[in-house]
Amino acid sequence: MSLPPLFADWFASRGWAPRRHQLDMIAAADAGSHALLVAPTGGGKTLAGFLPSLIDLAERGPRPAFGPGSGIHTLYVSPLKALTTDVERNLMTPIREIGLNIHVESRTGDTKQSKKQRQRDNPPDILLTTPEQLALFCAWGGARAWFADLKCIVLDEVHAIWSGKRGDLLNLALGRLQSFSPGLRRVALSATIDDPKLIAEWLAPRFPSPLAGEGGPSGPDEGYEDTHPPRPPAPAPEAESDPSSVSLREPPSPARGEGVVIVRGDPGAPPVIDVLVSEGRVPWAGHTGQHAIPEVYAAIQRANLALIFVNTRWQSEFVFQQLWAINDDNLPIGLHHGSLATEQRRKVEAAMARGDLRAVVCTSTLDLGIDWGDVDLVIQMAAPKGSSRLVQRIGRANHRLDEPSRALMVPASRFELLECQAAKEAVADNAFDWEPHHIGTLDTLAQHVMGVACSEPFDMDDLYAEVTGCAPYRALTYEAFEEVVDFVATGGYALRTYDRFARIVRNADGRWTVRNQQIAQRHRMNVGAIVAAGTLNVKVASRRGGASKQLIGGRKVGEAEEWYFEQLSPGDTFIFAGQVWAFQGIVGMDALVTHATGQDPKIPSWGGAQFPLGTSLAVRVRAMVQDRDHWRVLPPDVQEWLELQDKRSLIPDADSLLVETFPRGSRHFLIAYPFEGRIAHSTLCMLLTRRLDRLGVGPLGFVVTDYSLAIWSIRPMDHLDWDALFQPDMLGDDLEAWLEESFMMKRTFRNCALVSGLIERRQPGAEKTGRQVTFSTDLIYDVLRRHQPDHLLLRTARADAASGLLDVARLGQLLARIAGHIRHAPLERASPFSVPVLVMIGRERVGGDAADMILEASAQELIDEVMEDAHPRQDGAELMGAV
Amino acid sequence: MNAALRETLTPARRPCGSLSVRVMGELCVLRCSGALWLPAHGTLVAGDLHLEKGSAFAARGQMLPPYDSRATLDRLEAEIAELAPARVVLLGDSFHDSRAIGRMAAEDRARLDRLAQGRDWVWLEGNHDREALKQADADAVSRLPGRVVGEVTLGALFLTHEPEAKPRPGEVAGHLHPCARVMAHARMVRRACFVTDGRRLILPAFGAFTGGLNVLDPEVAELFETPPMVGALGRDRVHALAWGSLV
Repeated sequence: MSLPPLFADWFASRGWAPRRHQLDMIAAADAGSHALLVAPTGGGKTLAGFLPSLIDLAERGPRPAFGPGSGIHTLYVSPLKALTTDVERNLMTPIREIGLNIHVESRTGDTKQSKKQRQRDNPPDILLTTPEQLALFCAWGGARAWFADLKCIVLDEVHAIWSGKRGDLLNLALGRLQSFSPGLRRVALSATIDDPKLIAEWLAPRFPSPLAGEGGPSGPDEGYEDTHPPRPPAPAPEAESDPSSVSLREPPSPARGEGVVIVRGDPGAPPVIDVLVSEGRVPWAGHTGQHAIPEVYAAIQRANLALIFVNTRWQSEFVFQQLWAINDDNLPIGLHHGSLATEQRRKVEAAMARGDLRAVVCTSTLDLGIDWGDVDLVIQMAAPKGSSRLVQRIGRANHRLDEPSRALMVPASRFELLECQAAKEAVADNAFDWEPHHIGTLDTLAQHVMGVACSEPFDMDDLYAEVTGCAPYRALTYEAFEEVVDFVATGGYALRTYDRFARIVRNADGRWTVRNQQIAQRHRMNVGAIVAAGTLNVKVASRRGGASKQLIGGRKVGEAEEWYFEQLSPGDTFIFAGQVWAFQGIVGMDALVTHATGQDPKIPSWGGAQFPLGTSLAVRVRAMVQDRDHWRVLPPDVQEWLELQDKRSLIPDADSLLVETFPRGSRHFLIAYPFEGRIAHSTLCMLLTRRLDRLGVGPLGFVVTDYSLAIWSIRPMDHLDWDALFQPDMLGDDLEAWLEESFMMKRTFRNCALVSGLIERRQPGAEKTGRQVTFSTDLIYDVLRRHQPDHLLLRTARADAASGLLDVARLGQLLARIAGHIRHAPLERASPFSVPVLVMIGRERVGGDAADMILEASAQELIDEVMEDAHPRQDGAELMGAV
Repeated sequence: MNAALRETLTPARRPCGSLSVRVMGELCVLRCSGALWLPAHGTLVAGDLHLEKGSAFAARGQMLPPYDSRATLDRLEAEIAELAPARVVLLGDSFHDSRAIGRMAAEDRARLDRLAQGRDWVWLEGNHDREALKQADADAVSRLPGRVVGEVTLGALFLTHEPEAKPRPGEVAGHLHPCARVMAHARMVRRACFVTDGRRLILPAFGAFTGGLNVLDPEVAELFETPPMVGALGRDRVHALAWGSLV
């Protein structure tokens, strides 16, 4: 078969040839297969996803006004609202230029009510939307009829959503849509990932389920077919002789509705990645990369448009401030992060697209495939934490596949330098972080079941078959499903006093349906799986006239998490949206601020890096540390640091754990170097301190970095039995006991309560603030834990905490890996490796300007102490960098 | 991180570390449970139990756990067992709404009867439970132990549900669910609390699902002419906090 001439002509008119993976996607569609496209950014991925639908719609001709074929044809789902706008624009280009009569619209939380109503009455051919809206569609009355003509669903950036609660909800919605329109084809687009089979498995429907007794395909390996491995880049456009009759290979063809074809895009030119070593030196400790700002600025001057990625919002404000402080050329440098007001972000995006900006400091808000402007350089401030994320970010530079992307990594400390080097090598080797296996969560399922009941009456067995056809819920037992339905109906309490208040009830024919429309309406107001931290509107304060002189909120500058403002006292200054503000107070849902004149804002807390060190980078960093030949690629001062560590303490080999103990001041310190990321380290510290307390050592506190952890105590720890201390059995009773008391557990429970619908975030007429929700769920948690500790939501919360907040799986692997391989170095004083984590201790305790001075002084003292007789000529000021 | 460490190393619960204050000369023991013990009168006072709040939400379609009445009565029972009061005064809003008594589990009702046995059991009327208490008086199905009154006088103290706006020496009231916030180690701590200036006393809510109102809110703060003392309920003791340390 061939690409229709209409389309081939269009490619030719643009001077393009269709790429191989675009043709493969058309072939998969012709075969009726589901398809997963794995391709680097810039390879025409989105167009590849839409081409089959455009061709189908072009061939369909005019759409009937009603009846069969008058409904929506293709649904596109993206993880970001902004992406739908971007894709709409890009999709309209071929539609317009080919002259197709195809109606495209988007629908997000921001879409006007009138437009939404019109879409319901008169659906477009292609609708662009988000997973949350899709969950909402499933809760509509009449959803089944509205989606009856749906031919194709395209999931964009699927790697960013599939493994988590949003992924669970999306997959359940896929199952729903598939039952509305059994011929529905699922198409997913993903950035390059290590193991596409995992996502293919997630994408595949499994109909009918074993319960229905028809015996579907049995093994998880059936039904996948990989197209050929990557080939060299596609031939240049002019090499294509006759674009009107491009012939396609025979497509791999599993039966309709079953397998998923994996289509791989051609790899782009390998990126050019540099690691910035500022004036040949790398700071001992720190996390902002402040020392390298002048060189970063110089790199911006040389580039056309640079994106500067940082890991947290507050870091982005800081870097933005630092760059403007030395911006002698008045380069237009912008700021983009998730806390800024939407209009402000749109302005920055528009300026980027127009080419009015030279640089944008941003967080992960620009990670995903939004294509704004001609970015030719990506700068990563501080370590990227994961190789997949790095690749994703580098992909922002240069959307032409055949030219290499350029990236510059700016390590903020010596361990980060090792991490940057590891990331660079990982990208060269095409090694990506693996995602832990994810099992569908029950709070999400509860939300879905309620949605289904709001949409139409359901039969228990049919819905069970549908749900277990969804990949995350394949292993769900019928008993567990019954329990979820009972939870949705009456809260699932052993004390059965709520049966008469049930939210969903059984009809005469045995089907479950929502009790009344009011309850359905309330459910629809609370759909979605992302539970944001409580946020406040940041507003410029003005004083009301009259006697009261009360402050009132004016212009909105943006939104930020409540916890941040809870740390501020009125009068404190901080940076937000690139300006210095004085905090005035919280009124209702608003944090009121005034313009501040001072040049030195206090920044009370940075928060750590958002993401913990990824698994594959961790392995590489550990290997690099012990491989002396590998040291040679590192800057001289880092090599010296490693050599000094070797001399003063130990260099652990890749499988062993180094534990150092030494006295310092009036305290005793234990430093360990697991390199497993902050989250796993925090959990380990929580559990170790419990044990140390029982051993009578008197632990006083702990801090962690992505690489190491420090615990300090009243009494020495040199004599401890290390294998006993790090025994994996700490993940049993100790973990359980600690979890029960933990505030983290309460926060996790709150999320589960919100997602499952136990607590409503939004009620008609009243918005609950985050604070109120937190308060009442804590009370509920306490009462429930005492009276029904095995309640469904408590079990869900425990599982969530173990997998997400605590990284228990990773900690378990660590403990297994190091069992019998702990190397203890009893030392007289702090080792070179221990400096970064010891410096953290100071930072956790103090804030503000004076604190910074104390901090710098004490950090310098520490470095002097470590370097004593090693290096008389070391100049401290440079070493410190940004602490 | 040290807040997390403290949490890790929490010591075992100790018996109630109460705080003693004088209100118009009367000795008031502020219990860590949130109840008030008046030793001179052998009287235990608890405010705003809001029994059956969970089921009130459930009736509207939000399935909060049904265990709040049980949890509240557990705590009340523990206080009665420890103090053996001759009189128990519940300061109003003991039931969350007018239908609460009807929704109560039979065993919780039976427990109320048991607790009231052999002592003077006094229900004050509150805005939430005025209807419920009226019904309990009128109809045998919702019969409650004890007696229902509007106000109780004990020595220099007047026990009532809602504090009056004008200064009223000796007033002991509930209704407001006062709550205090302090900042420490970059963490906000929020606790239900007693508030007193030695002339009047506001009790925290005793119910398991009761939220709170910040004492800095004018509704609480303006009841006092001079800055009052706040007794915040800790895990095992009542913490006396200065007005100036609150946020």
